[in-house]
Amino acid sequence: MSIAWYLAVSAIVFAVGAGGVITRRNPLVVLLCLELMLNGANLALIAFSRMWGNGDGQIFALVVMTVAACEVCIGLGMIVAIYRRRLPIDVDELRELQG
Amino acid sequence: MSAVLFFIAAIGVISGAIGVVVLRDPFYCVLSLVAHLVSLAVLFLLLRAEFVAAVQVVVYAGAVMVLYVFVVAYVGGEAGSLGERLRGPGPVASGLRLGGAILGGALLVELLIALLGTGLEAINGDGAGYSPGPKTFGTPAYIGQLLLTRFLLAFEVASFLLLIAAVGAVVLARRRGGLGEEDERQLLTPLDLLRPRGTGTTAEGVGRRP
Repeated sequence: MSIAWYLAVSAIVFAVGAGGVITRRNPLVVLLCLELMLNGANLALIAFSRMWGNGDGQIFALVVMTVAACEVCIGLGMIVAIYRRRLPIDVDELRELQG
Repeated sequence: MSAVLFFIAAIGVISGAIGVVVLRDPFYCVLSLVAHLVSLAVLFLLLRAEFVAAVQVVVYAGAVMVLYVFVVAYVGGEAGSLGERLRGPGPVASGLRLGGAILGGALLVELLIALLGTGLEAINGDGAGYSPGPKTFGTPAYIGQLLLTRFLLAFEVASFLLLIAAVGAVVLARRRGGLGEEDERQLLTPLDLLRPRGTGTTAEGVGRRP
């Protein structure tokens, strides 16, 4: 399969994830959709890495996975803290910063 | 053979992604993401990224998703949030959904133009030459050598970032005094396991056993 097919799949996954981040209101699902976007980027990185026969893209993908794990860690910690305070778990209702 | 495998895995990847966005119950969203991640690992294998594929399955689909399942179980994976159920599929919600779909579609078109419309000729090829071997492109030995020589700084920074994230998660999710219920606030000491709760305290002397 040519590299272009992989890039098309990565673009589709990224767009689906972006649409999900905008549409969904549960912060847990928003985090999952962020993971989708990161995975789309990872697929593109690894496809380009294969295209050039160079391992740099794979290292980049591993670093992206590390950052994603950190983001999940902090995000889930925030969701648990929100739940403890008996606040609604809904990104539309948690808008104190909006003023 | 590789084309068939590619299409099977690509359908799994895309349907898993759509499932995450469309399904209502967060628990099913997580399961859909697991299916997506496993299919994505197959695509990585087809791209000769063996180590990254293994990490994807073990760390991502294994560990990170277990964390998600725990939090969904703790918070209560109710179908939709409270506001979503109260307001229902009103005009605002459906308009938002339509707007999100339109924006996602626009982003997809833009990305496809950017990725496939480039003048790169190698994009239509199968990639650089590849010969199987113990230390060839994508194997753990290759990745490890790159990580410990050329990308040592990135490796160390990533480990430091993980440390910061772990500390941050503990600080965010720890139990603060005064926030919980009355009985949650008491600290559990080893002595509590040996005697009934409340004995030997002032509460017992007053006659109000907690």
